[in-house]
Amino acid sequence: MAMAWVWTGMVVLSLVFGLFTGSLDAVANAALEGARSAIDLSISMAGIMCLWSGVMEIMNVCGLSSGLAKAFRPVLRRLLPNACRDEETLAAVSANVSANLLGLGNAATPLGIQAARRMARGCGGIASDELCLLVVLNTASIQLLPATIASVRAAAGCQTPFDILLPVWLSSVLSVFVGLLTAWLLSRRGRRRP
Amino acid sequence: MSLSSLVIPLLLAGVAAYGMGKRVDVYGALTHGAEEGLTVLLRIIPSLVGLLTAVGMFRASGAMEWLSTLCAPLLKLLGVPPEATPLMLIRPVSGSGALAVATDLMTVYGPDSYIGRVAAVMLGSTETTFYTIAVYFGSAGIHKTRHALPAALAADLTGFIASAFAVRLFFGA
Repeated sequence: MAMAWVWTGMVVLSLVFGLFTGSLDAVANAALEGARSAIDLSISMAGIMCLWSGVMEIMNVCGLSSGLAKAFRPVLRRLLPNACRDEETLAAVSANVSANLLGLGNAATPLGIQAARRMARGCGGIASDELCLLVVLNTASIQLLPATIASVRAAAGCQTPFDILLPVWLSSVLSVFVGLLTAWLLSRRGRRRP
Repeated sequence: MSLSSLVIPLLLAGVAAYGMGKRVDVYGALTHGAEEGLTVLLRIIPSLVGLLTAVGMFRASGAMEWLSTLCAPLLKLLGVPPEATPLMLIRPVSGSGALAVATDLMTVYGPDSYIGRVAAVMLGSTETTFYTIAVYFGSAGIHKTRHALPAALAADLTGFIASAFAVRLFFGA
C-alpha cells in the first residue's frame, strides 16, 4: 500500500507543479517518455544482467556459496551465539549471508526467513536481540558483484560499469557495521531500562 | 587497457575453467542462471514502467528540483549531493522505485558523473529496508520489532553518507 501513496503523491505533485510552473507540456511528454524508457532500459540491461546471473550461478554450482557459508560460521557464532547453538539455524543463517553476498536475492530471502522463524520460536511475538541483528544484516546489503547496478550503468552508456566496485564494498561495510553497532547499543539501552 | 578490461575476461575464463576442474556443467549453469536473471528482470518491468513514468513527470514538473533544494542544507552538511534526495527517500520503501530514480539520475547527469556514481553506489550498498523488515518479521510472526527498524535505518543513512564519501575518495568529486 505504501507504494500506492508514493506513486499517487508523485503524479499529483507533478500535476500541481506543472500547472504552477507552466511546464505541463513537458510533464505530459515525460509521462509517455518515462513509460517508453522503462522498456528501453530493460532491453538494454537484459543481456548484461543475464550474463552475470549466469556467472553467479556457475560460482554457486561450483560450491562457492557453500564455501562462503562455511567461512562465515565462526563469525556468525560470535554474532548470534544463542541462535547458532541450533545447528540448523546456523546453517540457514550462513547460507542466507552467503547468498546475499553473491547477489542471489531469490535464494537469500527464503533462507533468511527460515532462520528468522526458528529464532522467533518461544519469543511470544517479540523480536529477540539476535533476531534484530539478523534482520539488520539483511536490510543492509553487501554484494560482491552488484550485477543489476552494473547493467543499469552500462545501459546508460558507461564503458566501465564495474568501476564502482570498491566504493560499493566500502560503503556496504560501513553501513553494515553501523547498523549492527546501533542494534547492539539500542539493545543494551533497552536492558538497562526494563 | 584499463584494469576492468582485464577483470571481465579474466573472471569469465577463470570461473569457467574452475567449474570445469570441478566437473561442473558450466554452460548449463550459465544458461540456467541467465534464465533466472531474465525472470528477475521480467518481474520488475511492470513496476519500472509505472515508476519511470512517475519519476519522469516528477522531474519535468520541477517538483524534483524543489524537493532537492528543500533538503539541500541538511545534505550539504552530511556531504551528500542534494540531487540524490529522491533516491534516499524512496530507497527504503521500494527496490524498483530506487532503481527507477537512480536510472533517472544516471541518464540526466551521466553514469560517470559524480552524482551518477553516487546514485549507483547508494543503490549497491543499501537495501529495501521496510520491505525486508515486513517480510522477515511478518513470516516469523513477530509483532514487536523493538530496535530493528531504527538500527536498519541508521545503516541506510550511513550507507548514503558513505556512498558519497567513497565516490569522492576513489574518483574525486
